[in-house]
Amino acid sequence: MTSTGSHPGHRLLLARTRRRLLLVTAALALTAGCATGPGPADDRAAAEGPRRGGTLRAAFAGGGTAETLDPHAANLFVDAARAKALYDKLADFGDDLAPVPRLAARWEPNRTLDTWRITLREAAFHDGRPVTAADVLYSYRRIADPAGTFRAKASLEPIDLAASRALDPATVEFRLKRPYAEFPNVLAAFGTSIVPAGTTDFDRPVGSGPFRFASFTPGTSLAVTRNDAYWDGAPHLDRVEFVIASEESARASALLAGQVQYAHELDPATARTHERGDRVRIVRLPGSSMQGFVMKTDRPPFDDRRVRQAFQLIADRRELVDGALSGAGEIGNDLFGKGYKYYASGIPQRTRDLDRARALLKAAGHEHLKVTLDTAPAATGFVEAAGIFKEQAAEAGVTVEVRVGNKDTYWKDILDGGTFASYRSGAMPIESHLSQRLLTGSTTNATHWRHPDFDALYREAQSTRDERRRTALYERMQRRLHDEGGFLIWGFSDWIVGTAPGLRGVDPEAPANTLDWARFDKTWLT
Amino acid sequence: MTRHLPWIGRRLLLGAAQTAAVVLLVLLLTEALPGDAAVALAGDQPDPERIARIRAALGLDRPLAERLTDRLAALLHGDLGTSLVSGRPVAGLLGGALGPTALLAAATLALLVPLSVGIGVACARREGGRLDRALSALTLAVHSVPEFALGVLLATAFGLWLGWLPPTAVGVDPLAAPAVLVLPVLVLAARPVCTLSRLVRAGTAEALASPYVAQAVLYGVGGTRVRWTHALPGALAPAAQQLARTCDWLLGGVIVVEALFVVPGLGTVTVDAVAARDLPVLQGAAVVFGTVTVLVNLGADLVARRLAPRSEVAA
Repeated sequence: MTSTGSHPGHRLLLARTRRRLLLVTAALALTAGCATGPGPADDRAAAEGPRRGGTLRAAFAGGGTAETLDPHAANLFVDAARAKALYDKLADFGDDLAPVPRLAARWEPNRTLDTWRITLREAAFHDGRPVTAADVLYSYRRIADPAGTFRAKASLEPIDLAASRALDPATVEFRLKRPYAEFPNVLAAFGTSIVPAGTTDFDRPVGSGPFRFASFTPGTSLAVTRNDAYWDGAPHLDRVEFVIASEESARASALLAGQVQYAHELDPATARTHERGDRVRIVRLPGSSMQGFVMKTDRPPFDDRRVRQAFQLIADRRELVDGALSGAGEIGNDLFGKGYKYYASGIPQRTRDLDRARALLKAAGHEHLKVTLDTAPAATGFVEAAGIFKEQAAEAGVTVEVRVGNKDTYWKDILDGGTFASYRSGAMPIESHLSQRLLTGSTTNATHWRHPDFDALYREAQSTRDERRRTALYERMQRRLHDEGGFLIWGFSDWIVGTAPGLRGVDPEAPANTLDWARFDKTWLT
Repeated sequence: MTRHLPWIGRRLLLGAAQTAAVVLLVLLLTEALPGDAAVALAGDQPDPERIARIRAALGLDRPLAERLTDRLAALLHGDLGTSLVSGRPVAGLLGGALGPTALLAAATLALLVPLSVGIGVACARREGGRLDRALSALTLAVHSVPEFALGVLLATAFGLWLGWLPPTAVGVDPLAAPAVLVLPVLVLAARPVCTLSRLVRAGTAEALASPYVAQAVLYGVGGTRVRWTHALPGALAPAAQQLARTCDWLLGGVIVVEALFVVPGLGTVTVDAVAARDLPVLQGAAVVFGTVTVLVNLGADLVARRLAPRSEVAA
């Protein structure tokens, strides 16, 4: 369910040259021209309404040989964007990460929240067959196959698929293994597209999505054309081509030269350079990626909550956002999901307090503490943030030794290794963050946060029908995490997308991997 | 040519052995990298149970020796296997990537050889003259610019400022739209032109100063003919071998250029395969790189033997 996108292998192809490339980006800056930002002309164009027709080319970082059109095998952002064009999920996430109905017209739980009835809307696959309950069950069983390795398998774990059934062609009844108030999150999970029953071959994918398959060259491009019969209204564009450009500078030049009209994932430096120009528009999708450090709460020195609190007080969050993210983001409060549904925004922002940090360390008997911070160029800004935090910690008398590891295996290495490490996460509901990372049985519990009473709070929330009471329970859990959790969440980075001035309908608020992110059926070219 | 045949046969055998050694070395080195395809594939969802399942599904839980023997045995039967990550046949994958890279390399050589010989001979004509000094300074300057910097510079200048050429080949088939290859070829050729032309210049200048050329001039052979038919061939033997080394370099240099200009070639496939720990693809790439390197060097040695028959050229 995580929005990955940062498939570790494909991010920093030319990591060593990157720094020097930044210099050259300055040269590119000269092409941006003077500041004549998008003005009233744009509003007029928008008022005229969408225009039909045209081909959009969208550039994404890609996975080369790993690329697949099997939506269940999706791993990368480009996989998710392509799956969105060709397929639908039962639900998807809104801008606040609350589930929005898609192929499911509505969902209804029983009293105990462990059986959910999903009513499908009227929709058809590209070959004309209607989307039925059988297709839904086939897709989910394919993902959850015990021998399978699909990413979404963990998300579907709460469903007892053997006991789930089709009540009629338009109704699915999901039996769950336990009460799960937030079950609709599962219906929106990453990689849970509905494919026609019996599909095993994805060379010529048939989905129910807004676009039909036209052609595919792995590592190069996927072309799709408008599905006039789309249940959510036919797209405006005739055709979309997803092209692969793994180097950021290549995506930026292709956009500037008009070779593509949408460039996903640009650097903050590129964004700043072109923000005021009129050649491209820079769209900053807020809240797309959480940035922070994880402390192993069961290992010294971090098994002492005072040390964890001291580290959280050491962090100068603004400096980290400005330094490691080039200012493209906002500061964090050691809690996941700022701006998302259920986020405990009432908890005061933690600020830097070196005196208190020193006092806490002293009380914990760690006046001359030395720790190793694991990091790797596995995500943008990781190594930079580690370097900045090292300096900040030195001011509190803590020696941080930065150890740069292997980017391809980083996530596995830090799951159980070391004590202190760089961490990031894509957008997901707060409930998913809790269940995947902070329960005793969580599979990716990088802070080793295992507390039966915390697990009990989570279970209570999932058995609570009343949303107000559930919100209060989530707040209690977040207060606890804020006080003594192992996450030091210093910021949330914007996800930067560049578009041609003539491309309209790009949602500027949708975090990466939510419904309106990379949603090309609602865009048009002027 | 016939008298070279036994020598060629020995060299081919040696080349095959070298290629096999390269393949084995690449496989072992990749195995030595931390993590395997299962870990790379799991990415930021490193659920240990999932990694174990992926490992089982890919057959990575079998012993190293067994996997290596199986793969090498299949290779001997001409079977390159299938990609661990995508399940697609490696042969098809490499075949698709070979086209753009071969085109890049061929176009680069077509530009490189005449240009460097021309510059070299022009400089040697008046050693220390104004033209020689200007061209030498220029080649030295260009040689010191790394590919990625030159690439971004050219893309910015010709692609974005002037708008003469496409700055990237994104989503374009290079065979159908060769204009996208102009900038990558310029970047690829830039540094080898400098080294090669300097070699040609030095060799030609040396030959021009030699007794046999002086003799030819005494016999009344014209200046142009002396330069091109008497002096140049002697200078070409070292240049041919430098050219062969350039070909090896081209195969590696394309990695930077392919990434910068979004050419979906062998370099890109190889980098992706390393990151994904996709051993069958890497093995296939090693076979291709090894074979090409062996053949190109063999060709260069042949040329050198013909141009300078007395020098016994080491493998």
